[in-house]
Amino acid sequence: MTLTADPATVEQSTAERTHRVSRRRMRLRPAELVSGIVLLFLLVAAVAPQLLTFYDPLAIQPSDAFRAPSLLHWFGTDESGRDVYTRVIYGARSSLLIGVFATIIGLGLALILGAIAGLGSRPVDFAVNRLLEVLFAFPGLLLALLFITIFGVGVVTSTIAVGLATAPGYARIIRTQIISTRRSGYVEAATILGRSRRAVFGRNILPNVAWPLLALATLGIGQAIVWASALSFLGLGAVPPAAEWGAMLSAGRTYMTNAWWLTFFPGIFVVLSAAAATVLGHSIQRRNREL
Amino acid sequence: MTAVVALPSARRPLTAWRWVATRLAGAVFVLWAVATLTFFSIRLIPGDPAEAILGGPGSRATPEALAQVREQYGFNQPLFVQYLNEIGRLARGDFGTSYALKAPVTTVILEGAGNTLILAAVSLAVAWLIAIGLAVWATRGGRVSRAIATGLEIVSAAVPNFWLATIFILIFSIGLHWLPPVSAPGIPGLVLPVLTLAIPLAGFLGQVMRESLLNALDAPFTLSARARGESETGVTLKHALRHAALPGISLSGWAFGSLISGAVVVETVFARPGLGRSLLNAVLIRDIPVVIGVVMVVALVYIVVTLLTDLADRIADPRLRNP
Repeated sequence: MTLTADPATVEQSTAERTHRVSRRRMRLRPAELVSGIVLLFLLVAAVAPQLLTFYDPLAIQPSDAFRAPSLLHWFGTDESGRDVYTRVIYGARSSLLIGVFATIIGLGLALILGAIAGLGSRPVDFAVNRLLEVLFAFPGLLLALLFITIFGVGVVTSTIAVGLATAPGYARIIRTQIISTRRSGYVEAATILGRSRRAVFGRNILPNVAWPLLALATLGIGQAIVWASALSFLGLGAVPPAAEWGAMLSAGRTYMTNAWWLTFFPGIFVVLSAAAATVLGHSIQRRNREL
Repeated sequence: MTAVVALPSARRPLTAWRWVATRLAGAVFVLWAVATLTFFSIRLIPGDPAEAILGGPGSRATPEALAQVREQYGFNQPLFVQYLNEIGRLARGDFGTSYALKAPVTTVILEGAGNTLILAAVSLAVAWLIAIGLAVWATRGGRVSRAIATGLEIVSAAVPNFWLATIFILIFSIGLHWLPPVSAPGIPGLVLPVLTLAIPLAGFLGQVMRESLLNALDAPFTLSARARGESETGVTLKHALRHAALPGISLSGWAFGSLISGAVVVETVFARPGLGRSLLNAVLIRDIPVVIGVVMVVALVYIVVTLLTDLADRIADPRLRNP
């Protein structure tokens, strides 16, 4: 027996431990599993709603108006006798699409601004930062409301408005991420090795910014769904006969005293999708940190 | 590498007064830019503003009336002159006259601002209380309470306030008849709007608080407090919580913004007079002077709040003062 440990065994056990730790951390948590199932369900509802319900979301049946939730109508019926469960399921498509497109618009704008600031010279960075500061002075929904004042009410404008309103926040995060990546050792090494600026950006910087961006996008879709449904609820987005969650809630508010299910169920779906996206986004962030 | 990040301060350490002066100049610049951006983007609106003042294209205003309105509001002047006039008026705190209400925008804003400010301030306080409670509970308790607190934070941060408001009305007004469904004057009318605004905000603040509270409870200064014989409650309340509140305080500017957005929804649902509802109505009928006025006032307050939180950070954390 010698006092000094054999380097090979030490290395091996360390590797084993790291492996075990990472395995444990990578295991799916219950909250992540539930969120995954919720998102899968919403995705099926968005792609093929007819698989989950047999009613027609727009078919009017006045004799069936205001039925309370039952086995026949799980979420009850609305003022025109339409099945609320069916309308909520069909609403998944527009709500998810609005959320996804708003996030794409927001992140796209942010990526352009963030990349210009993060990669440009110092005066460029300064200018973009001042622009972001000005945009930040319109807190929350204000930028969206201003945009809707100019371009009018509707689904398309409200989607763009939500994207626009979220862009400054993303841009700031992306800029910080790019700058910290640009100053990292491997980017320096790649530059010293004589790689072109474009190659360094494409091969070294972009992949390292992409992961955090995916987490941001997932978190963002949840928030975008909430914001877009808020705009519809206020009468600035999708308009009532459409099966959109915010619009359904807004229409159901008139009958709140006698038909609670008209406002309850569409809202539950907004909460579910936003919470599931948040959990998933956090889990991507965590995995990314521990990789 | 760090020298590059800290260059502006490394070059010449900013004295407190110079820091304040720089930040004030920055604030004035941002306000001017906000006014300019708003002015020119409002001019993108299709249609004749004179027609909008006289009640929209459907009202069939006579050419004489249109000409008179253009003269009165200065629409017949070159765009740049209109812009200079507008900036001059805004700088004097004159926001013009509402198209719809035919009243000065300043009056409209002053009438609503008090209500919204009370709503926002009380909601912020309640949100802080809930967030601190959740964070302390999550860090003090075992695995189960931590899991429950985390779940509550995520769900409450994901709950849209318009739905929360509706559910509160369903339960407490229609179901139990405890509280009025529309905002009545006095405390009872304030309870549901405040809870609606406070709960989602508490979810966000709680997430931030819990993380920093955990860090603070592991920090050397809590260890030394424990070593001095301080009770666990005393350590949490006197030492850790104070430290943990810092990132939350820095978020106050953001919280204010989210409260204003929330006020638009909550004041509409509870039919409560205030800035948010005035803004929404103005957006819906395109009452442009009111939109500009409210946006400018909110931007001004937001900038002031951000400035104050930065100042508070500098006072609380000496490291920011002497880099």
